[in-house]
Amino acid sequence: MEAAYKGLLTIFLGVGGCLLYFYLSNQFLDKVLYPAKGVNAGRNINRANMIRPWLFVLPAMIALGLYLAYPVVATFWYSLTDRNQGDAFVGLANYQQMINEPKFWEAMRNNMLWLVIVPAASTAFGLMAAQLTDRIGWGSFAKSLIFMPMAISFVGASVIFKLIYDTRPVDQAQIGVMNAVWLQFEGGIGSWLILRLLPALLMLCGAAITAYTAYGFLLAIREKGGAFVRGIAIGILALITLAFLSLALGAFTSVHRYGEAQTWLTLPGWNSFLLMVVLIWIQTGFAMVILSAALRGIPEETIEASIVDGANPFQVFFKIKMPQISGTIVVVWTTITLVVLKVFDIVFAMTNGQWETQVLANYMYDKLFRANDWGVGSASAMIIMLLVSPILIWNVYNARKEMS
Amino acid sequence: MADVKLQDVGKTYGGTVDVLRGIDLDIKQGELIVFVGPSGCGKSTLLRMIAGLEQITEGTLEIGGMLVNDIPPAQRGIAMVFQSYALYPHMTVRENMTFALKLAKKSQSEIDEAVARTAKTLQLEEYLDRLPKALSGGQRQRVAIGRSIVRDPKVYLFDEPLSNLDAALRVATRIEIAQLKEAMPESTMIYVTHDQVEAMTLASRIVVLANKGIAQVGTPLDLYERPENEFVAQFIGSPAMNLLSGEVTKTGAKTTVKLDGGGTAISAVPTQDADKGLKVNIGVRPEDMTETTGTYLFEGKVNITEALGEVTLLYFEKSGDNDAVIGKLPGIHSDLRGKTVRVSAVPEKVQLFHNGQSLYYR
Repeated sequence: MEAAYKGLLTIFLGVGGCLLYFYLSNQFLDKVLYPAKGVNAGRNINRANMIRPWLFVLPAMIALGLYLAYPVVATFWYSLTDRNQGDAFVGLANYQQMINEPKFWEAMRNNMLWLVIVPAASTAFGLMAAQLTDRIGWGSFAKSLIFMPMAISFVGASVIFKLIYDTRPVDQAQIGVMNAVWLQFEGGIGSWLILRLLPALLMLCGAAITAYTAYGFLLAIREKGGAFVRGIAIGILALITLAFLSLALGAFTSVHRYGEAQTWLTLPGWNSFLLMVVLIWIQTGFAMVILSAALRGIPEETIEASIVDGANPFQVFFKIKMPQISGTIVVVWTTITLVVLKVFDIVFAMTNGQWETQVLANYMYDKLFRANDWGVGSASAMIIMLLVSPILIWNVYNARKEMS
Repeated sequence: MADVKLQDVGKTYGGTVDVLRGIDLDIKQGELIVFVGPSGCGKSTLLRMIAGLEQITEGTLEIGGMLVNDIPPAQRGIAMVFQSYALYPHMTVRENMTFALKLAKKSQSEIDEAVARTAKTLQLEEYLDRLPKALSGGQRQRVAIGRSIVRDPKVYLFDEPLSNLDAALRVATRIEIAQLKEAMPESTMIYVTHDQVEAMTLASRIVVLANKGIAQVGTPLDLYERPENEFVAQFIGSPAMNLLSGEVTKTGAKTTVKLDGGGTAISAVPTQDADKGLKVNIGVRPEDMTETTGTYLFEGKVNITEALGEVTLLYFEKSGDNDAVIGKLPGIHSDLRGKTVRVSAVPEKVQLFHNGQSLYYR
C-alpha cells in the first residue's frame, strides 16, 4: 500500500509542480519582468510574447538534453577513452579493437540479415494479410488475431517461442512444437515432398519474383533511364536471385537427421532465422493494420477502371493498388527497420548471442555490462546510432510526406 | 460499333432486394442513349451491369450480337468514364491512356499511334507527361475520356461524367462530348446523368428509369411532348408539368374535361363515347400556359412571382389535393403578385392521363 501512496504522491507532485512552474513563470514574466503597463507597455507585451514560447519549451528541452543529448555525447566520449588507463583519451583504439573482433562482425552480419529479412517479411505478410482479410466475412476477426502479438512484450514472445523450439533429453517426452512436427518425418516420400521439394519450390518462386522484378527495372531503364540507381537495384536483386537458387539446390542436397529431436536454437545458420520469426510474428500485425487502412483509402473507382481496362486481380494489386500505397509501404518498412536495428530483447532472452546469433545491441550490452569494457561497448553503441540515424531521418521525411 | 440488347434484365441483391426488374432495351449502333431518373432509381447500377462491374442476376445482355452476361468487363468491348475520373494517380497521362493497351499486349507502334491520335483530338498533347494531380478538373475529364477512346471500344459508357465539374466547364465539356459523338458517328454511347439539360441536348434517345423499371424510352422531344405517364410528364421539364384532376364531359377528336377547380380544359387527345365521365388528370406545362380573360383552364391567386427576365414564374395558391400550380409567362409580370389570374392552354399542349397512364398511347 505504501508504494501506491508514494506513486500517488509522485503524480501529485509532478503534475502540481508542472502547473506551478507554468503559472509562476508566466506571472513572473507578465508582472515583474515586462509588465504590460507604464510607458513601455506596448514594447513590453511584444517582448513578453517573444519569451513566452521558451517558457513552455524549456522543461522539455532540459529533459531531452539530459536524457538524450547528453548520453549521446557522453557515449561518444567514452568510445574515445579507456577506463583502465584512468579515462585517458585513446583516439580510435576502441574502434580498432572492435573491428578486430570476429564476434563484432558476426553481430554486424546478423544485423544485416535481420535488417533485410524481418522488415521485408513483416511488410509482405502484413500486406498479404491486409489484402486478404479485406475480402472475407470474418476478416476483422482474423485481423485482431494477427494483431494480437503486438500486445505481447518481446521478452514474453521470446519465452513463448522458446517453448516452441524447446528440446528435452532423448529419454524424455518432447514438449516443443517444432520437434513434435520434426519427429513426424521419417525420411519417406512425404518427408521428401515437404522438406525437399516444397522448400526448393518456395526458393524457386523467390528467385522468379526477384528475377522478374529485376527484369522490370531493366525495362524501366530502357523506358525512363535512371540507369545508375536502377542498375544497383538490379545488381542486388541478381545477388538475391543467386542466393535463392543456391538455397533451392541446398534443399535437395542437405543432410536431414530424421527421428532425432533437434536443439533448434543451437543450429548455426538456422537459429538466427528462428529468432527472426519471433519479430516477424510480432511486426506483421503492425504492418497489416497500417497497410489495411491505406488499402481502404484507395479510391474504388480507380480499381474498377483498371478492371474495365482488363487488369487481372494480380495486376490490379501490383500495378494499381501497390503504387498508390507505396508511401505507406515505405513508412511501414522503415519503421520496422528501426525496430530491427535496435533488436535486443529477443536475442538476449533466447540465445544471449551464443551459437552465432549475436546482434549489435546485445554485443553492446555484453561489452558494457558483462565485460565492463566501456570503451568498446560505447563504440558499438555509436555504430548502432550511425546505422539508425539515416533510416530514422528518411522515415520521418516519408511520414511527413504521407501526412501532407 | 455494336448494338446493345437487354432482355428482361434484372438485378437483385442477396436474392431479396430488387433493384431493377424486367428491363427490355434495344440500343442501335451509333445511338447516344441517356439514362435519367431520380436518385436511387438504379441508373448507375444498370450502367455498371452493362460494364460488367455488377453481376446480372436476371435476363440477358448482348453486345454486338454476343451474349456477354458472364464475360469479364475487359472482353466486352466497352470503355467507361467514371464520375470521379478514376485516373491512376501514380501514372502520367500517357501511362493512364496506354494502360489498357499494354495489358492487351498491343504493339508499341500501335500504342504510340493511338495515343498521338487521341491526344490530338482532345488537345492533350502538352500534358502527356504530367501526373493527373497537375491537371485541372476539365483536363482530367478529357484524359478519362481519352483513356476510353484509345481502346477503340464498341460501346462507350459514361457515368455522370460532368457532375464533378463547375457550371461553366460543364457546358463546355458537354459540347465537347457532343462534338466527339459527331466525330465518331458509328460508336454507341450510353450516358448516365441526373441533369436534364445534358439528357435533352446529348441524347438520341432518353431512357427514363423509375420504380425499378423503364418508365419511357424515346427521343428527347417525344418525352417532352408526349409523355407516356405522369411520372415522365413531371420528371422531364422544369418546372414540372402541372397535373389537374377532372372529369371527361365531351368526347371525340377533341376531349373536353371539366376540372375540379372549376375550369374547363380542351385536349387534342381523342377519346371515345365510353370515356364520358372518366376521371382523368390533365397535364399542362407551365410554359404552355397563357393569360386569358375568356374560358379558363385554371383560376387562382398568385402567391409568388419569380421574374427571370425572359420569363416570369407564377406560383399559384394551393387548392384541394392537387400540387400547387406553376405558370411560366414570357416577359416580366411582377405586378401579378397577389392578384387572381386566369390561364388557359391550346388543346395540342394538354395531356390526358387516366390512372397515371397517358390516354394518347392507349
